[in-house]
Amino acid sequence: MLSDNRGYFGDYGGRFVPETLVPALEELTAAYEGTKADATFWTEFESLSGDYSGRPTPLYLAERLSRHCGGARILLKREDLAHTGAHKINNALGQGLLARRMGKRRIIAETGAGQHGVATAAVCAMLGLECIIYMGEEDMRRQSLNVFRMKLMGAEVRSVSGGSRTLKDAINEAIRDWVTNVTDTHYLLGSTVGPHPYPLMVRDFQSVIGKETRQQIMAELGRLPDYIIACVGGGSNAIGIFYPFLPDRDVRLIGVEAAGRGLKTEEHAAPLVAGRVGVLHGAKSYVLQDNAGQIRETHSISAGLDYPGVGPEHSYLKDIGRVTYVAVSDEEALEGFQLLCKTEGIIPALEPAHAIFHAAKMASSLNKEQIIVVNLSGRGDKDMDIVAEALGVKS
Amino acid sequence: MSRIGPVFSQPEHKALIAYITVGYPSLEATLKAVPLLARSGCDIVELGIPFSDPLADGATIQKASFSALQNGVTPQLCLEVAKQLRQEVDIPLVFMTYLNPVFSYGLEEFCAACAKGGVDGLIIPDLLPDEGSELEAITQKRDLDLIYLLAPSSTGERIRLVAQRSRGFIYLVSVTGITGVRDRLPANLEAFVSRVRKVATQPLCVGFGISVPEQARQVAQVADGVIVGSRIIQLMEAENNLKSVGNFIKELRRALDEPNRI
Repeated sequence: MLSDNRGYFGDYGGRFVPETLVPALEELTAAYEGTKADATFWTEFESLSGDYSGRPTPLYLAERLSRHCGGARILLKREDLAHTGAHKINNALGQGLLARRMGKRRIIAETGAGQHGVATAAVCAMLGLECIIYMGEEDMRRQSLNVFRMKLMGAEVRSVSGGSRTLKDAINEAIRDWVTNVTDTHYLLGSTVGPHPYPLMVRDFQSVIGKETRQQIMAELGRLPDYIIACVGGGSNAIGIFYPFLPDRDVRLIGVEAAGRGLKTEEHAAPLVAGRVGVLHGAKSYVLQDNAGQIRETHSISAGLDYPGVGPEHSYLKDIGRVTYVAVSDEEALEGFQLLCKTEGIIPALEPAHAIFHAAKMASSLNKEQIIVVNLSGRGDKDMDIVAEALGVKS
Repeated sequence: MSRIGPVFSQPEHKALIAYITVGYPSLEATLKAVPLLARSGCDIVELGIPFSDPLADGATIQKASFSALQNGVTPQLCLEVAKQLRQEVDIPLVFMTYLNPVFSYGLEEFCAACAKGGVDGLIIPDLLPDEGSELEAITQKRDLDLIYLLAPSSTGERIRLVAQRSRGFIYLVSVTGITGVRDRLPANLEAFVSRVRKVATQPLCVGFGISVPEQARQVAQVADGVIVGSRIIQLMEAENNLKSVGNFIKELRRALDEPNRI
């Protein structure tokens, strides 16, 4: 369902790229379509998802968190327990296998928080592919641990000093590399953004999250959840858990964007809540931009949400009202972060801490029969320095 | 018909097309440079409307775009600059920019303003013909040429598509890569141009990486026009009086007019 053959979800998506990339996108689309009729590709994907990535990840009933909130039961989809510490491995593995199948030996990728870069570096090491990661200078500073992890696994990390020196600029630079080296290189894009077929393909690789969640909750509780909540930067973990539930109209889906220092300031990263339609990085979607159509600099305490665009499918789901999008501030995310640490002994990444905060807020107004699933998309080890600084703790 | 067609109907004449970023290094420089480019032998000037995320551009134009944005350049201001330049020069003026600033302005409104200001065409490197029908209809109504690009990686099918849809000329990207000065021309350029020539009836102009008269001369032996950008930007930032820009354009002009010299 959704997405026509030109990669449109309603009015959103498409291909807005330099002509040079068209043959590569067509080759990628054909290769991806080809896997659908090829059970061996998916058998290998599933086998490595288990043995390498550690899937299925648990669906955990967070009892103390639920009791603390005093309302609905909160379950956590533990993507933080996947190999390399976040859901990003699902897509990196899928695209890595696809690149090998296409005979592309050189892999490039962008990264914001570093989680996608780490996942890509891991998969490239495992598959024996060359790996180059573009990362904004500012993000390299705030996520230095992940930079080191990528290097350990053999990736070359190239710092990007243009523009805001964050994820948006890393994507620009990765696209420039791809335009230049398109014949032997696969661009392993990490979110459901970019030109067709990326939003579709990344969603499909990530939808394993939602498929497992559905099986697990049916097996454990015998019913579907009332709410599913996930954070949205580019939107890959959110679409991954939402997608298999889209036909279930009784399951309400909530995407949480980063309100940064507040939606009334310009320092946030909430294009769905506070942006307007535009074209960025190859797709038409909601974008944070100024009156002249220049892409705005964004801010979020979490590097993974610090992005002015969002996947086209989310724009579509917003417009048709299937998913509700809200925004949670830096301060609130820190509160959600600490709450999960203290009640459950789980240190979340700052990205899903946004979703945790929103879930906790909602849970208190719901009754004990109701169920909220939160996609805990990654673990927080990478964020220790940022949190310590924000909380005024000297390490 | 726009002013672009007649440029290519002069017998034995190779078009020289210059790109500059509006407002870089300053608005005054843009206003002075365009008449100078026209006087020195340019046939068409591409006015770059800066965009925050110029993903087809190399370091030189990225820097120029960033700096122009810092100087407060907007699409509105670029339209005003074009209108003013139209009073001073007769050669075709073409906007080159990315889709989002145009989309944000409103496709209809932007094209209306272009037509009113005497702009002759648009080049939008992130707009493929596959996504271009709406803007094509609007530009045709306003007598603007929407110029599409082709790359060495373009398949026969892509070449046919662009040949059906591009107006004014076809912009051939010389290399698989981004804009910027390069030492040498790609070896397969001649084959690429002749592949397009077999299918397209439009004039073919080659850009990306052309930075010295000898390269321009070689390109002109196979193409109908030569596009130079990053090198001009570099010269413009080097000094205030634009003298070297004028001299550079004159050298390029000579190289195109006397193809068998050297």
